[in-house]
Amino acid sequence: MSEATVSIRLRRVMFWSGVAMLCAWVLVPIYLIALGAFGGRAGVFRWPKNLLPWDSGLAAMQAFLAVEGVWTAAVNGALVACLTMLFSLLLGAPAGYALARYRFAGQDAFRMLVVLTRAFPLAILALPLTVTFIRTGLYDTPLGVALVHTALALPFTALVSSSLFMGIPRELEEAAWIFGCTGLQAFRKIVLPLALPGLAAAAIFSFVISWNEVFAASVLTVRNRTLTAYLLTVLAESPLHFRFAGGFLLILPSVIFIFAVRKYLFAMWGIANR
Amino acid sequence: MTNNRLLPYLLIAPATVFLVLLFVVPLVQTIALAFMDNGVASLTNFRKMAGDLNFGLSIGNTFLLVLAVIPLQICMALVMAMMIQKMDKGRDLVLWIWIIPLGISDLAAGLVWLAILQDRGYVNTVLNMLGLVDGPVNWLSYEAPVSLFVGVVLAEVWRATAIVLVILVAGLQLIPKEYGEAAEIFGAGPWTRFRKITLPLLKPSIQSALILRTVLAFEVFAVVYALSGRNFPVLVGEAYAWQHVNQNNGVAAVYAILVMAISLAATVIYIRALRTPPEMQP
Repeated sequence: MSEATVSIRLRRVMFWSGVAMLCAWVLVPIYLIALGAFGGRAGVFRWPKNLLPWDSGLAAMQAFLAVEGVWTAAVNGALVACLTMLFSLLLGAPAGYALARYRFAGQDAFRMLVVLTRAFPLAILALPLTVTFIRTGLYDTPLGVALVHTALALPFTALVSSSLFMGIPRELEEAAWIFGCTGLQAFRKIVLPLALPGLAAAAIFSFVISWNEVFAASVLTVRNRTLTAYLLTVLAESPLHFRFAGGFLLILPSVIFIFAVRKYLFAMWGIANR
Repeated sequence: MTNNRLLPYLLIAPATVFLVLLFVVPLVQTIALAFMDNGVASLTNFRKMAGDLNFGLSIGNTFLLVLAVIPLQICMALVMAMMIQKMDKGRDLVLWIWIIPLGISDLAAGLVWLAILQDRGYVNTVLNMLGLVDGPVNWLSYEAPVSLFVGVVLAEVWRATAIVLVILVAGLQLIPKEYGEAAEIFGAGPWTRFRKITLPLLKPSIQSALILRTVLAFEVFAVVYALSGRNFPVLVGEAYAWQHVNQNNGVAAVYAILVMAISLAATVIYIRALRTPPEMQP
């Protein structure tokens, strides 16, 4: 072997060990909290720790799910996230379509409003909403939390769907009109099927945003907590194995959803940031 | 066609009304809450905030965190994005693994690192196996501010680098390959190509990653809370405490205003510092 090939090989080895280390940096902590979540009380207090999953079992997770309030909170969290997904799509997609297909006075102002939300820590704006929500009966309801979470997700959905629609040639729609479709028919039969996968990905991303949000959810609820808010409020008085089981349960759905939309993430962010 | 002229307005109306009700109105209300005391304009809330022992600490801690976390994340994400660019085999798998934390909430990330760093946790176990510590060491206590800070930084970098990576990879895909190839023909090495071509063309993506991450980093709260309770005060954590523990939403609103002012200032600075002339955009 010549010196050049040795150096190329060496570089390859270094490159891939760097990649492997970065993968481990992401994966090992998840493995460790899974150990904590399934290890139960005994596992948490064992010293020194066993780094292999020998003393894990499903019993610990079952015990956690049986704790009063956990299951309700998980259902609440999922409900809030689904509502958020629905609202941000219903409000954001039409706005995105308007931005993509029409030139109209006030367009830039609207775009500005949407982009501006990004410079604000929106969740903190839930503080004064407690008063308004108590007055209107929205306080401590999944609907109220979902409304605030929609404010977080909507700008993203609007911008992403705007560029999704921009990517679908206008000519397709015009051809449908010529063949006698009404505007709505053309939209439903031509544009929507083409945009659907991207819209679904944006919607799932809204789900993750809502499922993970903690500040607004815990400020706006007392008894109907989402899982994230519930865990935050019982954090101080709960035992460690309980916290780890909760953390693991929080991670699970989001990771699955990110896996489901992985193909679209890059297109979405490439677009949303232009 | 009147119908067609009205249509775009009908389409943006719901979103606009919604954003006004849940973004503009609460924004005004927060300002009102902060500057009012029992219905009269006053600076009482500001004085209460400034007089609180945790106020100075929380400002210092939050800024320290942002200054430590953001540069680290940008550098890491840049390295990772360039690695992805070079890969052909296994690119999709590696990319997926690296963006897993995108779905992980700050609270969950805090709990993950609590499992690792707690006194009977995995870091201590490994250190014990290596013979570096004799028994459980408490890294996250009030008496160990440095290791507590390092713990929070680790958790934040672990969780939130993925979003920067996604933005940068998306940005890299927009850069035409020909630029780099042309530079290579003219004899530019990999480092020069990175510095003179990739980095300048990536500036818009870096800018939006910086804005997004900085705004979110000033909101840091649940990670810290999960790792240390209130041992390491940060701005939004104080807002939460004033609202929940002290039941004083006036002071909580002042903290909110402060966080917003800082976020806005950071955004403006980034936009100014990283302005790209239109003719330089790819």
